[in-house]
Amino acid sequence: MLDYTVGGPEAEVARNAGLVDADWYKPKVDRELMKQFMQRSNGLAALHVASWFAALAITGYLAHRSWGTWWAVPAFLVYGVLYGSMSDSRWHETGHRTAFRTKWMNDFVYYIASFMVFREPETWRWSHARHHSDTIIVGRDAEIAFKRKVPFYKYLLELLSFGAFPAELKQWIQNAFGVMTSNQKDFQPPETFHISRWASRVYLTILVATVVFSWQIRSFEPMMFVGLPSIYGHWFVVVLGSTQHAGLAENTIDHRLNTRTVYMGPLNRWIYWNMNYHIEHHIYPSVPFHQLKKLHLAVKDQLPAPYPSTISALREVVYALRRQAKDENFYIKRQLPQHAA
Amino acid sequence: MSQDWIVACEFASLAANDVARFDMAEATYAVIKTKDGRCSVIDGLCTHGKAHLAEGFVDDTTIECPKHNGRFNALTGEPVASPVRVATTVYETRVNDGKIEFRKP
Ligand code: FES
Repeated sequence: MLDYTVGGPEAEVARNAGLVDADWYKPKVDRELMKQFMQRSNGLAALHVASWFAALAITGYLAHRSWGTWWAVPAFLVYGVLYGSMSDSRWHETGHRTAFRTKWMNDFVYYIASFMVFREPETWRWSHARHHSDTIIVGRDAEIAFKRKVPFYKYLLELLSFGAFPAELKQWIQNAFGVMTSNQKDFQPPETFHISRWASRVYLTILVATVVFSWQIRSFEPMMFVGLPSIYGHWFVVVLGSTQHAGLAENTIDHRLNTRTVYMGPLNRWIYWNMNYHIEHHIYPSVPFHQLKKLHLAVKDQLPAPYPSTISALREVVYALRRQAKDENFYIKRQLPQHAA
Repeated sequence: MSQDWIVACEFASLAANDVARFDMAEATYAVIKTKDGRCSVIDGLCTHGKAHLAEGFVDDTTIECPKHNGRFNALTGEPVASPVRVATTVYETRVNDGKIEFRKP
């Protein structure tokens, strides 16, 4: 079985094969068009973030009012997705600093969303830069969420963050005490370690304060609002996120072969901030979420056919992951357009 | 002693808030015009990876790398957003006779 350890033996194999920080395929786009696509908007991003917080406030209020009744179940289900899953796309786009035009606004939302999606902000900033340099390159990319030769039930357990949450919590505790992990040492500059230390301390303090408050009032309701939604609301990140790369090629330097673009409905696109146009995002990460559809229309002739729906992509993902659990050589081969192969 | 002035491009050919690539003798440069029309010629490759900054995004006096969205001050070369951490080289630049020119030290 392949060793996915970042900086492990496969890293050297990838380097020797010329897969590290390589020149990736880029479709042709007119420069004037690209300049339009790269424009950011504080107003649009603020509107989207405000709509997210408003949805959290409304469902949070309903969840609180219905506490102790069965109505609390659907209320927390929705609140959990808004908190633990929708934060993923806000984390992602503000991490790229493309959502808002103003840098501090991106950073402000990034630190809030990082806590909600349960990711230490500084480490994930660097791991995500690596993910963009070496997308799904084994031994290099720390964000290969769906590996081969993994029993499918483990991915089902991941719907409730069975692997990710404890691993991240362990890292926060280690970081809070000044201990850095091997992954961090591989892709994060040492001069940024202090940010990880302090972010971990602040985030852990918020979690501990929530637990103490819950204990004081003898109710776990506060934890249902802060902390636990990162677990029980995590499942939709896995559902949407699995459509990005799962089951596709590894160790290629063409995003069209290891990434999917999926047509999604307006609700999913609001939750996901248009990350369904994922090939386009990987090739042109400077294009903000609100321009990705236009970018898609400009380049789609040079890309494989998009998946017509979320369900169609998920069907393929489930099929591929189940096959890969037994056969690590299996992957979905995407068909490139002949004139742009 | 400074070398001779090198013509990078016509001033009028570059829009405000834009960047163009200029290659010469195995070297690559990014020629930038800020929002208020000031010009700057910097090293063409990002100091973080090997992306061409000329494919990036200019907003006022900032240029953003197209690969990981790291940012430089286009006039001083200082890094202003991670993952860029190392400043880039800014060359002496002037507008002369309708052309953007620069010279190396
Ligand atoms: S290559 Fe420029 S920011 Fe990474």
